[in-house]
Amino acid sequence: MKALRTLVDKIKPTFTRGGKLGFLASTFGAFETFLFVPNHTTKSGAHIRDCNDMKRTMIVVVLALVPAMLFGCYNTGLQVNLEGWTAFFYGLVRFLPMLATSYIVGLAIEFIAAQLRGHEVNEGFLVSGFIIPLVMPVSTPLWMVALGTAFAVIFGKEVFGGTGMNVFNPAVLARAFVFFAYTPQMSGEKVWYSDWTMMGAQVDGVTGATALEQLATKGEMQWSALDAFLGFIPGSFGETSTLAILIGAAILLFTGIASWKTMVSVFAGGAAMAYFFSALGCFDFPAYYHLIVGGFAFGAVFMATDPVTSAQTSTGKYIVGFLTGAIAILIRQVNPAYPEGMMLSILFMNALAPLVDYFVVEANIRRRANRVKTVK
Amino acid sequence: MASKSLKNLTGPLSGNNPVIVQILGICSALAVTVQLKPAIVMGLSVMVVTAFANLVMSLLRNGVPSRIRIIVQLVVIASLVILVDQVLKAFVYDVSKQLSVYVGLIITNCIVMGRVEAFALQNKPWDSFLDGIGNGLGYGSILVIIAFFRELLGSGTLLGFRIIPESWYIAEGGFYSNCGLMLFPPMALIIVGCIIWAHRSFNKDLQEK
Repeated sequence: MKALRTLVDKIKPTFTRGGKLGFLASTFGAFETFLFVPNHTTKSGAHIRDCNDMKRTMIVVVLALVPAMLFGCYNTGLQVNLEGWTAFFYGLVRFLPMLATSYIVGLAIEFIAAQLRGHEVNEGFLVSGFIIPLVMPVSTPLWMVALGTAFAVIFGKEVFGGTGMNVFNPAVLARAFVFFAYTPQMSGEKVWYSDWTMMGAQVDGVTGATALEQLATKGEMQWSALDAFLGFIPGSFGETSTLAILIGAAILLFTGIASWKTMVSVFAGGAAMAYFFSALGCFDFPAYYHLIVGGFAFGAVFMATDPVTSAQTSTGKYIVGFLTGAIAILIRQVNPAYPEGMMLSILFMNALAPLVDYFVVEANIRRRANRVKTVK
Repeated sequence: MASKSLKNLTGPLSGNNPVIVQILGICSALAVTVQLKPAIVMGLSVMVVTAFANLVMSLLRNGVPSRIRIIVQLVVIASLVILVDQVLKAFVYDVSKQLSVYVGLIITNCIVMGRVEAFALQNKPWDSFLDGIGNGLGYGSILVIIAFFRELLGSGTLLGFRIIPESWYIAEGGFYSNCGLMLFPPMALIIVGCIIWAHRSFNKDLQEK
């Protein structure tokens, strides 16, 4: 460790502004803070000190995603009739190239953008880059993952000014881009078509439609509710197991990184809407099925709670969260073209969140102004 | 040709481009650029209409009372658009069908009215005519750039000819797939954004502070 510190200190002057390779300052800074806790302190103003910096926040989110990821890999193998460790490794071998693609493409763009602007490289992409492969169907070609990631990072994030300035959640945007650009590969029967026959996987036995599509088209699914909750159903890597996602949710809530207000109200909104449609007699299966199949839980826990794109005010979080859940089920139910509504509803509410915040703040100002009058 | 007149022609091609600098005519730029051929025809039609509307209004500029000038402009532009529409129907019927309502909507294209109001009413006929040609070309060039990317990436063809080989497609056992999003208008808007981005980074004087 000491040798590394000495090395970093030794080459640091070369990379600071004015040094020989000064133009690479932001790249160097990114790697230095990756290795060591930064030693500079804030120079002005009063600040609340916390052991959490952005890197640690992001790493906790990645940790919270790990249960869903590990289970997703195992389940991928199970779905092609493998068992035990073979199943897990099969999934891992399919997952890692996608993860690598998303990280390499996304981080390359982030580094270049930071370099061009002379900003520091931000850590936000560590999470987005991990979520992107988790929400892609297993058989997505790598170049589609790369294109989706590039689109999300450039048009979702960098054109707005980088991490913390984005209007839309980059991971959802990547999914939306791939979904609309390559619809035939992303929906319908082909989603679960996987042509990798390594490790003795039996592709022939694989069924086409995901649980959500079966619910949408036939009004029932071939799996039990318990299977759907535990995640033994086909779907994108990370979204199948509601249990693994809830473990992630527990980590996020325990560390205080995600807002429980958003998370709970998304589930409340989704449940309310599902029971509403159920009461109208729109479908025969139990209403809670909507919360455990498809990407609902994953979106609620990991995407709707994005601190940048969600609402900033407390009341706003309740409103935006509730509407996110409600609109997701509304799209699932009334729009036959898109069996999955979570992605669209998160994007939609991302766009509306600043408006909701605005009205919440205005209402607060009015309330306080009235209070002043009564005192007088 | 005097250099000042020439500037009326070349200015709208880049530094004063109607689409990416004046931000006019975005609506039709999104609607007719799915394929290259309609985009070219649309660009030419708009060029003809703008040029002659400018010419006619510039000739009439001293005779038309200013309080009824808008209605006169509308009559002139509408007649020109109908002429263009009839010509298209007569000679390139299939493209005319593809463009459908958008030829008629040239009447409401902001570029035509905008140039007549902003330029032709204050300038001589020849300058106004050149300005109309220039703005039409500036509009058309952006349409062609957008349509080039949309047709190439969205359908794999250019002007109807196949550029990306059939054997590349997933259905034929290859790896490639057309980007369906390119066929939707939002992607055209993003391409316009990219063109503006590239254009501004080369023309520093256009960048807002």
